[in-house]
Amino acid sequence: MGAFQARGQPMPQPKRKNMLRKGADGRSTHDVGGLEFGPIDRHEHDLALWEKRTDAMLRLLVGPEKRAFTVDGMRRVIEDYGQQQYDRTTYYEKWIRAVRNLVVEQGVLTRAEVEARMDEVRARWEKAGRKTSKEKIPW
Amino acid sequence: MVRARTKPASKSPAAPRFAPGDKVRVADRPALGHCRTPWYLRGKRGEVASIHGVFRDPERLAYHQPGLPAQVLYKVRFRQRDIWGRYDGPQSDQLEADIFEYWLEPLK
Repeated sequence: MGAFQARGQPMPQPKRKNMLRKGADGRSTHDVGGLEFGPIDRHEHDLALWEKRTDAMLRLLVGPEKRAFTVDGMRRVIEDYGQQQYDRTTYYEKWIRAVRNLVVEQGVLTRAEVEARMDEVRARWEKAGRKTSKEKIPW
Repeated sequence: MVRARTKPASKSPAAPRFAPGDKVRVADRPALGHCRTPWYLRGKRGEVASIHGVFRDPERLAYHQPGLPAQVLYKVRFRQRDIWGRYDGPQSDQLEADIFEYWLEPLK
């Protein structure tokens, strides 16, 4: 996800894990209340610029002027993520993917437009000698 | 583009089926798609603590529908020892959760 990385701000370290949902019969991926997930990391951490932008983008899209989708829709997209992807992505990684999917779902942009733009940004960054990631974020 | 409003309740709010103090049970059923009722409370007994009001239904809002009819949302109070198979904390510990009316069943 290097394309999201803001200049000079390191990505937060995601907890790349794939937790077994023991006794999770019938639950959604996110609905883990009461399952054994180990201790909670209570450390405070700064937000990267891209994370703040993601937050701002969501507020503008759900706000009274656009109403492109609702927070409920966003939660639905995040909850429908497969378990492996759900566990290996950070909070705002889930957000930005959901925003991307919902603007396409709602016809604000097409998938082709989003992917062309990502390729363009990636190429520009590589030309400038900045680090990018080849990883494609699953839709 | 389908537009759905987030908050405001319907023009004719539904009359609440339950009142504070009523004993209730959370429906024990699976949910398909977006659902605000946590799994660990399904089938658990509690008591209505208060009525939050009438809100558009998140289970429909999540799919770009208007979220109507609007639903009554309750604050339901549970005893921790009723929720978990084994609860080591004080037996008087409680937990409160926001549950929509269509997830609640009456209990005598």
